[in-house]
Amino acid sequence: MSVFEAILLTIITASTPLVIAGLGELVVERSGVLNLGVEGMMIIGAVAAFVGAQMSGSPYVGLLTGIVAGALFSLLFGFLTLTLVTNQVATGLALTILGLGLSGMIGEGYVSVPGVQLREIVFPFLSGIPFLGPVLFKQDLTFYLSIALVIGVNWFLFRSRAGLKLRAVGDSHGSAHALGIDVIRTRYLAVMFGGACAGLAGAQLSLVYTPQWVENMSAGRGWVTLALVVFASWRPTRVMAGGYLFGAVTILQFHAQGFGVGIPSQFLSMLPYASTIVVLVIISQNRRATLINTPASLGKAFVPER
Amino acid sequence: MRIELEKRPQVSKLFGFLSPLLALVLALIAGTIMFAVMGKDPVEALDAFFVEPLLEVWSLHELAIKAGPLILIAVGLCLCYRSNNWNIGAEGQFTMGAVAGSFIPIVFTDWHSPMVLPLMLLAGAIGGALYAAIPALLKAHFNTNEILTSLMLVYIAQLFLDWLSRGPWRDPQGHNFPQSIDFPPEAVLPAIWQDSGRAHWGIIFAVVAAILAWFLMKYTLKGFEITVLGQSARAGRFAGFSSRKMVWFAFLFSGALAGLAGISEVSGSIGHLQPAISPGYGFTAIIVAFLARLNPLGAVLSGLVLALTYLGGEAAQLSPGISAKAVSVFQGLLLFFVLSCDTLIYYKIRLVWSRVRGGAA
Repeated sequence: MSVFEAILLTIITASTPLVIAGLGELVVERSGVLNLGVEGMMIIGAVAAFVGAQMSGSPYVGLLTGIVAGALFSLLFGFLTLTLVTNQVATGLALTILGLGLSGMIGEGYVSVPGVQLREIVFPFLSGIPFLGPVLFKQDLTFYLSIALVIGVNWFLFRSRAGLKLRAVGDSHGSAHALGIDVIRTRYLAVMFGGACAGLAGAQLSLVYTPQWVENMSAGRGWVTLALVVFASWRPTRVMAGGYLFGAVTILQFHAQGFGVGIPSQFLSMLPYASTIVVLVIISQNRRATLINTPASLGKAFVPER
Repeated sequence: MRIELEKRPQVSKLFGFLSPLLALVLALIAGTIMFAVMGKDPVEALDAFFVEPLLEVWSLHELAIKAGPLILIAVGLCLCYRSNNWNIGAEGQFTMGAVAGSFIPIVFTDWHSPMVLPLMLLAGAIGGALYAAIPALLKAHFNTNEILTSLMLVYIAQLFLDWLSRGPWRDPQGHNFPQSIDFPPEAVLPAIWQDSGRAHWGIIFAVVAAILAWFLMKYTLKGFEITVLGQSARAGRFAGFSSRKMVWFAFLFSGALAGLAGISEVSGSIGHLQPAISPGYGFTAIIVAFLARLNPLGAVLSGLVLALTYLGGEAAQLSPGISAKAVSVFQGLLLFFVLSCDTLIYYKIRLVWSRVRGGAA
């Protein structure tokens, strides 16, 4: 395997959770809800997946546990913001604070326990293709899921009736309600989908990326995900492109440290965060494009008139 | 069963007062259940967490030490959030305040003067404000989301502090510990009542800041401006207020207080710079601000409540089987209950048992 190939493989592993969680949040925001709790849902998914895999011995059960845990945890956010119409920004923060604490408590007995790793699925024959084979046909399940999600979410949002309704809810909840669409139910489903995706992304962290449980192992990835959705101006394919860009920055920083570049490691570690800021600034400068794509009801509470 | 909300004709003053208390009670009940699920005696656990720390004088001093930074940061956040500016990066501004203030005793080791401490505090506040100026600038002039930028800056600040205390500012005689030299006496924030405990001037700064901010909100034009722009940027513009200037004001104000909290913590309780200087004060202060219903004076009370959870966490580590992580879970739960209870101020909540829906408009 060439060095280039090896680097590409690690970039894919680093990018997959960003792409998955980003697509989930994209659907949530398209429905008009801003859930800042991605970091919290991700870390809950990570710990749940790790514990699930430990107890069952199967990484696939772990994966499923992570997804379910993320979805259930997001219901807390849903109940507060949708049923009790609390402030979405503050509630999302609460979800993150609670998630970080709860995951620390659940995972306390699992620190430095050897993890169960999700193995690659090797496609016979195809994986033998030079270069493309190992990159595309010798990956773990989460990579294939991330690709399926990009295609699926894109199809759902722009080609299906249900997706049209979801976008209508996000763009004008008042009109959508008048047309007989159940705004609250649509948003609940979107929030749970986002939670499931964040949970899956977290599961990838504790089953693939670093197959063990480390406290706060999401390390700000949930927040980067939120920036990614803005970067992508709410388009699924751009979430994927952005996810790979951020993944590449993260990995190249590690390699730069390995090659002994004369810059202190802390400064190289700042790179993913700094580049997130830079990208956000560049994107937000183009006000017109941002305004056109932002779901118009984003972050606004909806109380049905009775 | 369905939950329906009905808008109150008037904002409920009663629930404005009751909602934080109700949230606290609900969080305590949830905490009790949590301990019971963990197989602990809930009464014993709650006693260890919330009562024992209050029974001794030295422990009350520790409470003041922990409440100081929480209140100071939260007071700034109250004004900031009221004006609809979401500064989530107080943890980073706290860190940079500590760095900027520590610069003086660490770099000018030969300078001994009563001027050292005041200059350190000033530098701390300026450092925090300058660091908060970054998201302010990006929001005011490039329309960049301040939530994300201020948060990313937290990670950057922590890495910067890590580099300083392991690199250029490490004490050469420090036996390889990643920390700076111990501050000389003239650079240490003095204790208030030396005989009974360690509590330093940080808590006084916090209370003074809370009173000043409350006065600002209640009696000055600036306070009115904050309220109007926070409720509706459009209405504010009609009144001739500039939301761009408000972004600057809110961030510089909250950043300065967070920076002051940072340098007070380092010079008052730690005594040197080290890679980790905060048990998440910047984030917990967000809870303090909301529990106070964004009222600066209320932040004094709610700061003490959340300081108690930190103390309880430390005490709990001594009693076997109770996790120190329970602290952050409790803090998160508290924020959830605070936000839900605030709904009662604006809405009546009705439980509808029938599945048949009344005539929809």
